[in-house]
Amino acid sequence: MSFYTQWQQQDWQTLQLQSRNFSTAQVQAALHKTRLALSDLQALLSPAALPLLPVLAGKAQQLTRQRFGHSVQFYAPLYLSNLCANECTYCGFSLSQKVKRRTLNSTEIAQECLAIKAMGIDQVLLVTGEHERKVGIDYFFDVLPLIRRYFSSVQLEVQPLRTDEYARLKSLGVDAVMLYQETYNAAAYQQYHLKGKKSDIHWRLDAPDRVGQAGIDKIGLGILLGLSDWRTDAILLAQHLQYLQKQYWQCRFSLSVPRIRPCSGGNEVSNPISDKELIQLICAFRLFAPELEISLSTRESAEFRQHVVPLAVTSVSAGSKTQPGGYSVEPENLEQFSIDDNRSPQQVARALTQQGLQPVWKDWDSFLGR
Amino acid sequence: MLHIANKSFSSRLLLGSGKFAHPGIMQQAIQASGCQLVTLALKRLQLGQQQDDLLSPLQQMNIQLLPNTSGAKTAKEAIFAAELARDALQTNWLKLEIHPDPRYLMPDPIETLMAAEQLVKLGFVVLPYCSADPVLCKRLEQAGCAAVMPLGAAIGSNQGLQTRAMLEIIIEQAMVPVIIDAGLGAPSHAAAAMELGAAAVLVNTAIASSQNPVAMAGAFAQAVNAGHMAYNAGLAAAHSHAAPSSPLTDFLATL
Repeated sequence: MSFYTQWQQQDWQTLQLQSRNFSTAQVQAALHKTRLALSDLQALLSPAALPLLPVLAGKAQQLTRQRFGHSVQFYAPLYLSNLCANECTYCGFSLSQKVKRRTLNSTEIAQECLAIKAMGIDQVLLVTGEHERKVGIDYFFDVLPLIRRYFSSVQLEVQPLRTDEYARLKSLGVDAVMLYQETYNAAAYQQYHLKGKKSDIHWRLDAPDRVGQAGIDKIGLGILLGLSDWRTDAILLAQHLQYLQKQYWQCRFSLSVPRIRPCSGGNEVSNPISDKELIQLICAFRLFAPELEISLSTRESAEFRQHVVPLAVTSVSAGSKTQPGGYSVEPENLEQFSIDDNRSPQQVARALTQQGLQPVWKDWDSFLGR
Repeated sequence: MLHIANKSFSSRLLLGSGKFAHPGIMQQAIQASGCQLVTLALKRLQLGQQQDDLLSPLQQMNIQLLPNTSGAKTAKEAIFAAELARDALQTNWLKLEIHPDPRYLMPDPIETLMAAEQLVKLGFVVLPYCSADPVLCKRLEQAGCAAVMPLGAAIGSNQGLQTRAMLEIIIEQAMVPVIIDAGLGAPSHAAAAMELGAAAVLVNTAIASSQNPVAMAGAFAQAVNAGHMAYNAGLAAAHSHAAPSSPLTDFLATL
């Protein structure tokens, strides 16, 4: 059964009601288990678990140190283009947004790569809007060999592609593909994604399968916090993860839980999640999947990251610019969203070192996973 | 002395270099353990740079570096990594690690054997991380590996000798050193492995993730020595009944 079929059989309302309906005793039972079922994760995500957050965080930290040691990976995003054919109500790159559009050419990309390398960063995340025609597979084929020369690890966050396209990207040096579902709530998904291919939820939900079938080393899952009920979204993401881990047992998986940030679209957040709840979410996933890589970006403040990274986070971005050309070519262009942690990678690294963590700049090689 | 290929080591404790909070703590832990063989992941090294935060501190120490191929999912990738490591670190010693399963990091027996056969032909001193499978260990030995490194439990799990019954068979049959790798979470686990007759053990998580890695490294060193001494002395057999320590046999003999 495909995940899409499995997902269709779920009723959002029932899951949402269930997600609040746990007792302290159920939370405590989940905290004592070494292998958690989905219902244990639900308990840890429930309101009943909030008073036990110190215990949850302590256990999450212990599991993180056991599995990942004191290492924290560093990466930076490289925005290649802000062209987009989608209309997403929360995004500053949306079709109707009056922003200056730009797609970097080879010379500009090389300049940006050098600027990122100069910050000490060796692992890069390539980001584009979703514009199949102008920034589609041909563009990626053109620019990847160039970018690959600069970095030990190359991750991709672009529109969902076909399996054969992913296979070709793998051979050109893509190590990971991020495919954030944004929300697993079908009704809300349609409300937020008004135009363009992104409004096809089926195509997006099945995309991690296509990455797995292509044999790419790592798949990044994520939800955009603020769009819908976060507890219910988290449970559906956990189901997705379980499904994918069984299907693609050679893949690594990472989790991103970005909160909506102010962008030039100026949206309101309809389902906010508090700092405390975000910590609960991150720590609950650590107990559910000790091997899961968890990333926390510069969307979050320096202070929040300072407190949360040591608990369960394995990867951080730093020095990020979220517009094409932002590092060197044209630093004053409009961002996709405003970032909150403006420290340089070296500043972030120094702060983590003081907390007893070891920044890892390189943990991969271009010959791995081809 | 522990003899592997053409070298001898007075310490029977091997250390991993990952997971430490700081290179300085890693150095101190290695010193406290007396360890002479340290493994490091090739994928972590920024080759071509003057200073590397992992390699440079290790190169200052008087130890044999044991580069490993972690990250490789296939024999082909492992062989590529091995050749890079040999060029970069000027050593033909190699810890062969192929774990395609990123969740439990279980070694792939098929790819590992294929890679070992080729790497030995290419002149490497191969120490393969492998499952606790007695037949596989014999096959790796026949392929020319300098030692075998079966797992006690899943990497980083701290579960101890979960594979004890298989390890006993492997040690009984081996003609190369058997180094128990992975899963040893406490000095008592290391002592138990040495009491079984293991030639050495490899530890990383239990030391690096400890509250006090330096003290824990020392504790592991003592446990490894104690276990090895006990193995040489010959352990007394366990019985289900009590046996008096001053037996009546002398008196009975006079009757």
